[in-house]
Amino acid sequence: MRDLSVNDLLTLPGAALWTLALSLMAFVGGGLVGGLIALGRTSRAGWLRTVCAAYIQVLQGTPLLIQLFIWYFGLSVAGMNLSPLVAAAIAFTLNSSAFFAEIWRGSIEAIPRPQWEAAASLGLTRLQQINYVIVPQAVRIALAPTVGFMVQIIKNTSLAALIGFIELARQGQIITNVTFAPMPVYMTVGAIYFVICFPLSILSRHLERRFHAGRAAH
Amino acid sequence: MGYTFHFGDVFAYWPLLLQGSINTLLYSAFGMLAGLAIGILGAVWRNSQYFPLRWIAASYVELVRNTPMLVQLFVFFFALPSVGVRLSSTTAALLALTFNNGAYMTEIVRSGIENVHRSQREAALSLGLTRWHIFRHVVLFQALEKIYPAMIGQFTLLMLSSSLISSIGADDLTAFGSRIQSENFRAFEVYIACGAIYLGLTFLLQYVAMVSARFMFPRRRALAIR
Repeated sequence: MRDLSVNDLLTLPGAALWTLALSLMAFVGGGLVGGLIALGRTSRAGWLRTVCAAYIQVLQGTPLLIQLFIWYFGLSVAGMNLSPLVAAAIAFTLNSSAFFAEIWRGSIEAIPRPQWEAAASLGLTRLQQINYVIVPQAVRIALAPTVGFMVQIIKNTSLAALIGFIELARQGQIITNVTFAPMPVYMTVGAIYFVICFPLSILSRHLERRFHAGRAAH
Repeated sequence: MGYTFHFGDVFAYWPLLLQGSINTLLYSAFGMLAGLAIGILGAVWRNSQYFPLRWIAASYVELVRNTPMLVQLFVFFFALPSVGVRLSSTTAALLALTFNNGAYMTEIVRSGIENVHRSQREAALSLGLTRWHIFRHVVLFQALEKIYPAMIGQFTLLMLSSSLISSIGADDLTAFGSRIQSENFRAFEVYIACGAIYLGLTFLLQYVAMVSARFMFPRRRALAIR
């Protein structure tokens, strides 16, 4: 045991970079997979809708921690040893894909039916309808909740600490273990998360207000 | 991969899984009810005419919603003892769940209160009700009715996030799962089984919520859950 020094606390911003890296992976990966699931969820094929709904239900109805444990501890028992980083990246990607899919499904379904019909009557194919008519309008609706969910992703990456991946929360644990000064360490850790998340929360709220203002004007 | 599942090794531990499920439900129920109480108080403070109360409630909400629950849990369990507040893992878990959920409930209840139409309050005033009676009988009940679906959604999220309390040694379903897999080395099956149980619990919760709405809100407006 030694005393807590400023140098200890200065390792935290570096660890926060890993938090950001994990969040970015979850955001990009989850966004790509989630986009596909959202399309599947709003597809005309009944079986595809059912499969995608089940995917979302399972990932949203089970704790992220359990999902993480399955990828990390579970697969290693089954003979596939994933590193904490890979396991966390997979778990966060799949988990956020389910939430993105739900957010974007809602945005797609918020577009009035006649928009589809008008696009179809212009002779656009289904893909063109999605591409040129639906998505550009849905993006406006989806923007605020998507940014809001990014805050959720960043906070969720702290769970990677529990499978030993060294990001912000885990680095806090490590410093605490050698210095026995949990209060200043965890307060700093919390403050760093806050500094990252709060601007995004503000942005999300701002976007939401702007969108609603736009709607009221019509 | 050629992996053979042995779920039998997991079901042999069913009494532990059952106990864990019950504990998880108890933790979540406590967090929900205490969080709702804080949420009502917080929502009233958010709309208070006194600036300090508004400020306290707003900072509390922002602080909780922009930091991970895991860190909040660590502060309650690891950091508080260093300033002389020693909590058992159960107490720390209950406090952290309440503290976390209270902030989300504050926002939910607030939106409900703001959505009760002004004319309702004016009608109550003209009937001569006091401020407290207006809040208790006119505003709060209608607000709760309106936010019921959002509350159930938050309850579900709370139950799932309660799996985190296993990291400070509280005895919820995830903790029992970890204990079982350290005994039978069947981590894959154990965590899949735990996931399935949590999924079942969320279905159970939604079913109970739907049925109880019928009794709590006879006007049935809240039955539009789903």
